[in-house]
Amino acid sequence: MFAGFILSLRKAGIPASVTEYLALLGAMRAGVADYDIDDFYYLSRAALVKDERLLDRFDRVFASYFKALEAPQPTEGDAAVALPEEWLRKLAEKLLTPAEMAEIEALGGFDKLMETLRQRLAEQKGRHQGGSKWIGTAGTSPFGAHGYNPEGVRIGQDKSRHGRAVKVWDKREFRDLDGDLELGTRTMKLALRRLRRFARQGSATELDLPGTVRATANNAGSLDLKMVPERHNSVKVLLLLDIGGSMDEHVRVCEELFSAARSEFKHLVHFYFHNCPYERLWRTNRRRAESEISTFEVLRTYGPDYKLVLVGDATMSPYEVNQPGGSVEHWNAESGEVWLQRLTGHFRRSVWLNPSAERGWNATMSTGLLRSLMEGRMFPMTLAGIESMTRELSH
Amino acid sequence: MAGFRSTERYIASRDLEVAVNAAVTLQRPLLVKGEPGTGKTVLAQEVAQSLGHRLIEWHVKSTTKAQQGLYEYDAVSRLRDGQLGDARVHDIGNYIVRGKLWEAFESDEPVVVLIDEIDKADIEFPNDLLLELDRMQFFVYETRKTISARHRPVVLITSNNEKELPDAFLRRCFFHYIRFPDRETMERIVASHFPDIRADLAREALNVFFKIRDVPGLKKKPATSELLDWLKLLMVEDLPPEVLRSTDKHVVIPPLHGALLKNEQDVHLFERLAFLNRRGG
Repeated sequence: MFAGFILSLRKAGIPASVTEYLALLGAMRAGVADYDIDDFYYLSRAALVKDERLLDRFDRVFASYFKALEAPQPTEGDAAVALPEEWLRKLAEKLLTPAEMAEIEALGGFDKLMETLRQRLAEQKGRHQGGSKWIGTAGTSPFGAHGYNPEGVRIGQDKSRHGRAVKVWDKREFRDLDGDLELGTRTMKLALRRLRRFARQGSATELDLPGTVRATANNAGSLDLKMVPERHNSVKVLLLLDIGGSMDEHVRVCEELFSAARSEFKHLVHFYFHNCPYERLWRTNRRRAESEISTFEVLRTYGPDYKLVLVGDATMSPYEVNQPGGSVEHWNAESGEVWLQRLTGHFRRSVWLNPSAERGWNATMSTGLLRSLMEGRMFPMTLAGIESMTRELSH
Repeated sequence: MAGFRSTERYIASRDLEVAVNAAVTLQRPLLVKGEPGTGKTVLAQEVAQSLGHRLIEWHVKSTTKAQQGLYEYDAVSRLRDGQLGDARVHDIGNYIVRGKLWEAFESDEPVVVLIDEIDKADIEFPNDLLLELDRMQFFVYETRKTISARHRPVVLITSNNEKELPDAFLRRCFFHYIRFPDRETMERIVASHFPDIRADLAREALNVFFKIRDVPGLKKKPATSELLDWLKLLMVEDLPPEVLRSTDKHVVIPPLHGALLKNEQDVHLFERLAFLNRRGG
């Protein structure tokens, strides 16, 4: 009945399976959502989406798919095409981050973008009954490239045009949760799994039955209990990510690594820096003032048992590493070298993961500098590199 | 259809009701996620109550093994009894300790099982329970017996997202993400817990509460349970609402903030921002 819907979900990257589809049909037959589109939406969401980061994506597919079932679309002279620019601009501003706005500016500015948007809307008129009304262009359009989807503007749904409230799924309340980058992380995941060392830490906690039987037998039948340490995942990781500047082309790879890493550790903390870590780090990748944290505080908060992973292309002016005041962004009283030594001195295990190709490392002086500061523990961001890194970390 | 609905004490949104009813009807587990303190654990109690079932709670810790929910074989006792020549030693069944799921499966009446904070356990934990939750039966190796559920229990599972759960496990569950309640819902929640709270106190407290939640960079945002604790304290201390609105330059942080902000870095951050605001205003 909803096979097409499941397929659209899968196309959008939501891993809905046949089991889940049957569960949905079963619940429909049992009358969990009787003739109520809102209830049906809630039900299908509960049955098909199992990750809150995908909820927003689900909302979008739901909107586009069930669009076709909805009563009359405005036909000729579609108001959407003649929308006042101010209105579009306001909506877009609400939906985009300043960084995205800047990117759009680089693409020829807002007017150009709005022009393209209008064209796109006009083109889409012919196709919208097919269920792909506002989705599908995202891959090729400048909107999609920046996570800016025309349907985010919700042109078809505004109160003022249809005189009805915005649909639940069109509210897109789970937008903030959509931060994942699952595609292509599979290989990274495999490598990072190496880090899942089943550390045998702490005191004896579990009865070692085979050991006890053996020891008891050796002991001529009088009981000799043997204990083994409990097995659990105890790897703690502190990730420091270089963001901005010369790193930009690698940010994507970096984020893939990050989203892969997230699921593997019990404790994973991440902070951001620019080029080289100095006296402060940032909690969010926008590196705003309010997300600042002092590097000393990080050193105080996270013990030496955390494994430190720095991710950066290590490409910068050598002054940024070895001179006080060498930072391109602010006056640093102590050089990056000092800060890096502080970090590597505090954490028992530390590595530098470099997303740029290994053969280019010799060409930049700063890479060599940082590599020697890390005592050679710099690894390329490839499967093999990550393997060597995890071996280094789990010594 | 009849089923789970908001109660006087527990305000459930419509989507939560639908998700619970779907899980109950199809007898599949319901996985509930959400910020800590948004009522995930309380939900199980409310579901049990509204269905009129008994609730069996299984709180998962980092050392919990899936097997412990089924049964444990107490080899140590048996070895000791063997050495002391106790007659009990001949029946291995004497040393099988039943777990929470066994208890639920054996129950004569339908029950609700809460598996609380499943993400605390080892990564393999959910995988080890796949078959048991699917078929609602398991095999006791030591006694060569199969235990199957007399009534399929309603299973609620909560997670705080400390670890990702395996796909095979997720596929068998219904899923609900409890969103943080908006202001209007929050007012209803407060009213349901404190029917006789002064309206102006509730309003001021909610203002302060949502202001604190808006502070960027807090380690732990206060959630519903913290708000309710705080209100209780405010009512016990019988503070007038004016205190919360205080424009006194020296008072930058709300009274009894210990109930809302749970670590000193957050308190410090809030003080600094509040101070900057005062100076700016």
